[in-house]
Amino acid sequence: MTAAATKIIQPLPLNFTNTTARSPDKALFHPLKTTPSSSFPASTHKLRLTKPNSTLARRRSTAVFAVSDVVQEKKPKSNTFHPNLLITKEEGLELYEDMILGRSFEDMCAQMYYRGKMFGFVHLYNGQEAVSTGFIKLLKNEDCIVSTYRDHVHALSKGVPARAVMSELFGKTTGCCRGQGGSMHMFSKEHNVLGGFAFIGEGIPVATGAAFTSKYRREVLKEGDCDHVTLAFFGDGTCNNGQFFECLNMAALWKLPIVFVVENNLWAIGMSHLRATSDPEIWKKGPAFGMPGVHVDGMDVLKVREVAKEAISRARRGEGPTLVECETYRFRGHSLADPDELRDPSEKAHYAARDPITALKKYMVENNLASEAELKAIEKKIDEVVEEAVEFADSSPHPGRSQLLENVFADPRGFGIGPDGKYRCEDPKFTEGTAHV
Amino acid sequence: MLGIVRGRVARGGVNASMTVRDALNSALDEEMSADPKVFVMGEEVGEYQGAYKISKGLLEKYGPERVVDTPITEAIDHIINSAAKSNYMSAGQISVPIVFRGPNGAAAGVGAQHSQCYAAWFGACPGLKVLAPYSSEDARGLLKAAIRDPDPVVFLENELLYGESFPVSAEVLDSSFCLPIGKAKIEREGKDVTITAFSKMVGYALKAAEILAKEGISAEVINLRSIRPLDRSSINASVRKTNRLITVEEGFPQHGVGAEICACVVEESFEYLDAPVERIAGADVPMPYAANLEREWPSHRVQHSFVYTNVKVERSKITFLLF
Repeated sequence: MTAAATKIIQPLPLNFTNTTARSPDKALFHPLKTTPSSSFPASTHKLRLTKPNSTLARRRSTAVFAVSDVVQEKKPKSNTFHPNLLITKEEGLELYEDMILGRSFEDMCAQMYYRGKMFGFVHLYNGQEAVSTGFIKLLKNEDCIVSTYRDHVHALSKGVPARAVMSELFGKTTGCCRGQGGSMHMFSKEHNVLGGFAFIGEGIPVATGAAFTSKYRREVLKEGDCDHVTLAFFGDGTCNNGQFFECLNMAALWKLPIVFVVENNLWAIGMSHLRATSDPEIWKKGPAFGMPGVHVDGMDVLKVREVAKEAISRARRGEGPTLVECETYRFRGHSLADPDELRDPSEKAHYAARDPITALKKYMVENNLASEAELKAIEKKIDEVVEEAVEFADSSPHPGRSQLLENVFADPRGFGIGPDGKYRCEDPKFTEGTAHV
Repeated sequence: MLGIVRGRVARGGVNASMTVRDALNSALDEEMSADPKVFVMGEEVGEYQGAYKISKGLLEKYGPERVVDTPITEAIDHIINSAAKSNYMSAGQISVPIVFRGPNGAAAGVGAQHSQCYAAWFGACPGLKVLAPYSSEDARGLLKAAIRDPDPVVFLENELLYGESFPVSAEVLDSSFCLPIGKAKIEREGKDVTITAFSKMVGYALKAAEILAKEGISAEVINLRSIRPLDRSSINASVRKTNRLITVEEGFPQHGVGAEICACVVEESFEYLDAPVERIAGADVPMPYAANLEREWPSHRVQHSFVYTNVKVERSKITFLLF
């Protein structure tokens, strides 16, 4: 098992590649054969490949530093301001709170699902919080994100209130999509969350379109200050899908302000990434299309954040897209209906030991950015937020029958003309679900 | 904006004519000129001037940022699964103001994979609006309406119609001309039988009506214009007048547009029907390449119908010949 953080030293030149990768061979992962990184990110361990392999021959050597190296050189001097650390106290607390929110929310979802309050397909994000927090907390409100069916935490990180997401999951009319979207289709115009898509790879073209809009607004509509960036989140399985490649091509061709974030958690339901992919190093697919490909340890929020900073500012400056492969892991099954029998318990244990929340907590405490008590206070606060969200969702009404026909069209005359010769939507009874469609 | 045909007294005397291709081109041009947020994107739309030259001249006029040549990227998935559904899934937050336009149905000798009519497939999807113009007036008015519409519109043209010329009034040529989505047009009034058709088949229906007129049968021809929403009200009003219905379409018969029309007429005007509804459609086979077979393909059903109808000539009092 290999992992190394990347620190992108300067604006990435075209065809920049990271030179580290995951397992060199196609064998199933053997965590016990590799050295786990014990602490974060101040660890001096740089996990190396277990055996050299020609597929990983470094064709282009570019300077890659582990974030840990940079940090290790400088010891913290005092309890307050640490100029050499990667984050300030405020930033650290924000990151911690966001990850705790993601984790608690998802745990609550599991509880609610087993109690029958939530139904259908529910895919939980436990373990991957570093990616969502690391990237999304760097965005402005006007920046867009597009996700997959595993989208609760992306929506939360982007600012959609927990109560709106929980209500949506309960199918209540106070949900962020009035109960019409559900777990897999979180949308928020206010926070620029463009969905939540169930089909594999479906969000990537939508994200590419959003990035195109940003460029169009700046260059054609002459909105000079429009430098909005779009992030597309998707998994390892998606990287074998045609739409992914079509979008990489177009984004690089037109230098769209987009970052393609691969949440490589090694598994596509029960299909191991290594069994499904001819070359499992996804970051390499970037340079094939003319954009930088970067691999980062997705269990380490600070490393993700450093890479994200560079990729997002690249996009904002108009230099084009970046493909970021985040090596991460989901602690739970694919969905709440997945018995999760295929994954090796030692693999799960390996990643559980690299829990991003525990790691950040350790970092903050060790570097005197926050005390245990402060972090506990945050956890308590989040518990209350999540409880309140459940209460709110519970007490919210179900959608009325009339809501069934609403929002199909932006222009409801699309329902056509009724037997009386007038547009159906002009019939006052139409949206009570009583009119014939 | 939809449905408002800005009135202007048509100047008598001067009746121009226009090909469908020019009608589509002028509609695109005018809408792009009126709104800088409108842009064209697709394979060959720019430098090639359009795969069928529909977007001719637009690149030169509006530049490559608004007439965007794309690499090859083709999929029906997003029309059905994102465009049609996003407004609903997001409860009205994310609307999709897009027009998917292009040739639909058979051309000549293009084989099975380039000949299918997708009106019925798209017409089955809630969240989409599906239009099928016939004449130049239809092409101009419906394309403008589609571009101005805030929802996803599938605009089904027909390659063989692109070169056909139709008379257009001054009103049609006006840049604010627009046709309402969801309203059919009575192309020819009649009282003995209603024939519904869309796209290229309207031409054939009109020819059939001419032939029938010589036999003393007055056929009312309805140009559907809009597959979704379907103008049930006009169709039913016509059937209540004529008491007989024939649906004509190019596509496959099973689960086709004709089937839907038949169902809605049976639901709403059952007592008015004097004879079973007759459906005329393409043969239930993929389109063959051989020219003679291709010619047989739509008329296969027609001959069958002809025989069938002849047997029932007592009841239906219709002889019917399309080819």
